[in-house]
Amino acid sequence: MQKEILIAGFGGQGVLFAGQVLAYAAMDSGMEVTWIPSYGPEMRGGTANCTIVIADEEIGSPLVQYPPLAIALNLPSYDKYEPLMQPGSLLVVNQSMVDRLAKRNDIVTVFIPANEMAEQIGDKKLANMIMVGALLAGLPEISLEALETALKNHLPVRHQKLLPKNFEALRKGFSIAQEQMAVRP
Amino acid sequence: MARELIKGNVAMAESAIRYGLEAYFGYPITPQTELLEHLAKRMPELGRAFVQAESEVAAINMVYGAACTGVRVMTSSSSPGVSLMSEGISYIAGTEIPAVLINVMRGGPGLGNIAPAQSDYNQAVRGGGHGDYRNIVLAPASVQEAIDLVGLSFDLAEKYRTIAMILADGSIGQMMEPAELPEMRPIQRKDPEWATNGNPNRPRRQLTSIYLEPHDEEITNLRLLKRWQDIQTNEVRYKEYYLDDADYVIVGFGTAGRIALSAVRAARAKGIKVGLLRPITLSPFPVAVMDELSQRAKAFLVVEMNTGQMLDDVRMAVRGRAPIEFYGRPGGVVPFPDEIMSEIERMTHAKLNSQTDPRMAWLERALAR
Repeated sequence: MQKEILIAGFGGQGVLFAGQVLAYAAMDSGMEVTWIPSYGPEMRGGTANCTIVIADEEIGSPLVQYPPLAIALNLPSYDKYEPLMQPGSLLVVNQSMVDRLAKRNDIVTVFIPANEMAEQIGDKKLANMIMVGALLAGLPEISLEALETALKNHLPVRHQKLLPKNFEALRKGFSIAQEQMAVRP
Repeated sequence: MARELIKGNVAMAESAIRYGLEAYFGYPITPQTELLEHLAKRMPELGRAFVQAESEVAAINMVYGAACTGVRVMTSSSSPGVSLMSEGISYIAGTEIPAVLINVMRGGPGLGNIAPAQSDYNQAVRGGGHGDYRNIVLAPASVQEAIDLVGLSFDLAEKYRTIAMILADGSIGQMMEPAELPEMRPIQRKDPEWATNGNPNRPRRQLTSIYLEPHDEEITNLRLLKRWQDIQTNEVRYKEYYLDDADYVIVGFGTAGRIALSAVRAARAKGIKVGLLRPITLSPFPVAVMDELSQRAKAFLVVEMNTGQMLDDVRMAVRGRAPIEFYGRPGGVVPFPDEIMSEIERMTHAKLNSQTDPRMAWLERALAR
């Protein structure tokens, strides 16, 4: 088993942390995992992305050209990665930041109004966790519980008070993605 | 100890601490800065020496001075910074004292860029500075291997009174993987017989790289080469993947090696008998295993993130007994497994010739793309 996940957005949207949470959950579930960020000069105020590979054996390439799973937190990321998705893949798009519909019908695109949902929960910084929760709907290798445990185990003590809202964000993202994926033919 | 998710740069820094690093001197440069940053915090906490020098030139000369006292000393940098250090590296080699260097390579030449590359292979394995010497060069392909090789590099540097360099690249430095760090080991002052560590109760010791009398320098050069012979005999390390029944052999180190592993698996899934040799010691180069493989392989494919530097060592080892093909992505471009897979498929169909220059044949294909 090997799955590759690409997460992309603006610097400041929690792209890298979202990937780390997935990596922690994979590690704690006993899997091999790599997390690699884009660390080019474009990170300063521009786009950021990271790639997570999870597998049950020694991982070769930490990067992937055609991802089977991706999160696009903004329009530039959506435009860039939609054409690169594998047929049949899952692309989770932050609807709050894009103004167009899907161009491809051979992949599953899930639109999540993550910014508005995050504000409803009470912290707009939770948009990344909503998107991660949504992605889990297409990533059975990592359970919602495993991800929550990972957050609990690896979030610094000073941030532990934020756990309930993070859990709420993950669960809301997960269920809205599940609903959208269920109504598809 | 439990596995933890840790970034390559931080892992190498913490590993050095736990293997007894007593003094670090360096200067920040992407993509290795987290290494220095971690040590800036940890070394003073432990009462050990950390200096952010005014330049790489100063840092390497501080390493030189500290290494003369026989303590475990290290510096780290990335490509242009290592070039600045090369004079000091040569002095350390000429003085025959142990030191550990980490190069987290980036795209070059010149200022280049900060993306992962493997273009300092020649500089590293041929010594880097002026004069007649070689360094031990170790190439990690994962965070765990980087941790382990830092420990090994201290042991080898001390055993052979030589420089041991970890040749990583930006993606090893920036990547996070689950890995296990060693237990914290107590610092062992070995007090080697050559160390100038300020003991007034014994005959005076002198460490130098100056041999004004050419015959003395010649003797020194031969002594260095004799030591290198021992290193070549005893310290070759590599990892084999799917080589037992392989018709085709890919050779790749570090990040290029692990990317090639993905391609090898994809090719195996299609029934192509291909294996991977991943050199861990780039210097000394794994010649004996190459020798053995070149007697049974149909062809070799060398994959590097440069324009074919290790390729020359492979050609010297294979000595025309099998065709060699090359695939490279220089300049900080990291290849995808699919690209290497295409090369494997091309190799299985093409009529290969061991007389063609694999680098120039690749250049033609690369320019045509």
